[in-house]
Amino acid sequence: MIAPRLLQVAALIVLAMMRPASAQAPLIADLDDHLIAITTGFAGADVLLFGTTDGPGDVIVVVKGPVADIEVMRKERVGGIWINRKGLGFQNVPAVYILASSKPLDDLLPVDQRAFYQMGIENVRMVPVSPDDSDLKTFSEALIRAKQKSGLFSDQPARILFIGDRLFRVNLRVPSTVPTGTYLAEVYLVRDQKVVGAQTTPLVISKIGFGADIYDFAHRHSATYGVIAVLVALLAGWMAHLAFRRR
Amino acid sequence: MTWATAILDWFLGLQIYLPIAEVALNVFLLLGLGAGVGILSGLFGVGGGFLLTPLLIFVGVPPAVAVATQSNQVVASSVSGVLAHWSRGNVDIKMGSVMLGGGMLGASVGVGLFTLLRSLGQIDLVIAIAYVITLSGIGIMMAVESIRALRRSRRSMAPAKLHQHNWAQGLPLKMRFRKSRLYISALLPGGIGFIVGIMSAIMGVGGAFLLVPAMIYLLGMATGVVIGTSLFQIIFVQAWVTFWQANTNQTVDVLLALILTIGGVVGAQIGGRLGGKLPAEQLRFLMAIVILVTAGVLLYELVARPSELFSIVIAGGGH
Repeated sequence: MIAPRLLQVAALIVLAMMRPASAQAPLIADLDDHLIAITTGFAGADVLLFGTTDGPGDVIVVVKGPVADIEVMRKERVGGIWINRKGLGFQNVPAVYILASSKPLDDLLPVDQRAFYQMGIENVRMVPVSPDDSDLKTFSEALIRAKQKSGLFSDQPARILFIGDRLFRVNLRVPSTVPTGTYLAEVYLVRDQKVVGAQTTPLVISKIGFGADIYDFAHRHSATYGVIAVLVALLAGWMAHLAFRRR
Repeated sequence: MTWATAILDWFLGLQIYLPIAEVALNVFLLLGLGAGVGILSGLFGVGGGFLLTPLLIFVGVPPAVAVATQSNQVVASSVSGVLAHWSRGNVDIKMGSVMLGGGMLGASVGVGLFTLLRSLGQIDLVIAIAYVITLSGIGIMMAVESIRALRRSRRSMAPAKLHQHNWAQGLPLKMRFRKSRLYISALLPGGIGFIVGIMSAIMGVGGAFLLVPAMIYLLGMATGVVIGTSLFQIIFVQAWVTFWQANTNQTVDVLLALILTIGGVVGAQIGGRLGGKLPAEQLRFLMAIVILVTAGVLLYELVARPSELFSIVIAGGGH
């Protein structure tokens, strides 16, 4: 299932090289910040995506996070108790999927085009480990439902606002539970049911500061971290005793 | 906006990012959880892990992190608890050390069992069933015992008799535990420590809610030293579990443990002061109710049709 992705990248490159007669890019877009730092106070973030087009048209934005393999489990009743019985695996599921558009997607592009560019929750590409399973549909729907519930997949596309014909902007909400990694924001310009311009821009989400130091230390020097955790607890307990000792 | 809602907004907005749990949660929610469980521990002399672990998972902490961090927090709360009991001479070190020997051995076995069950993919189910069985057993036993004691004390003010242990008189390795006022085989407290060690590793709790009733009802220890002695041995067992979890799974969140500890010690003070004003048998009955309600909720979750049948697991990656 690598091929469709390659095809898509190729399409992006071709689109990027297809300069119109005016020798200007049909679409220029950028983020106000390419780095989201997860610090101790991190409670999610808003990223402003803005840009201009070379004339009237509509814009669709797709942001995808790093991919991971996921196992979906279904509970079944066994002897009166609900137990995880059946599991189905999915590969290359994006950790995050954020969608924004200037008009409802149905009005902008035909179904096959939306599927090709992975526009819309139903078009997010997930590779099933056992593609012939009869329960595949219910399991993949459950996966999307779980992702939406945790805020990692957009429920509704965010609305892209146009200022005049050419200038557009949208606030993209990044939830607090985002995994770290390199994200890609794909921006598409659509005219007459066709994608006529595209641009991608990276977004890096990483841990920074005190929290990141703790995380690093816990993973690199696990034994020392364990000893420190115990010592901190002993000290905290002792200080609590001193603070509340009855005289 | 009035000043009241402004303050409320500020409170609700005070999120803190937990570096190991990798989620942002409200500081006051976490402090409140710690305090609530601390009050229980001050009242009943148990760590409250059997309530705190499910609550942490409920507010969004990954289960593996909740279990491991809980062990770390138990170390802190047990230290402050044991020091208070120590200053009043309520710790039987000899008894605690014998139980500790069994406890370390049991925790090692429990850790092995935990890994095995996880590889079979049914650890959550086993944890839930273990909770339902042990909690309902202990809860019923305590409720019956305290009701009986309450009736007795109403008829006559005579103190309850210590338990007889005819069945255990023949065991070897007899030791004198002066503070506990017992002359029994070391195999008894060692065995209890061992079994509780296994349970505490699998269930991710300190195990006081198992230890305290076992020490009172099975060993027949002098009740005054039970809580201090159980805390004494829990410190060492949980310190070891914390180290092991941090070393192999990297699931101990020091920041989360600290916040819970701060809430917990304040709550324990409140609980301890409340506890001094309430009679012991009523307290034991209250504790039995808390335990039975917890068991009931867990049983309901096992039996009732879940609102969501599906759950997702990140294979290989994640933590």
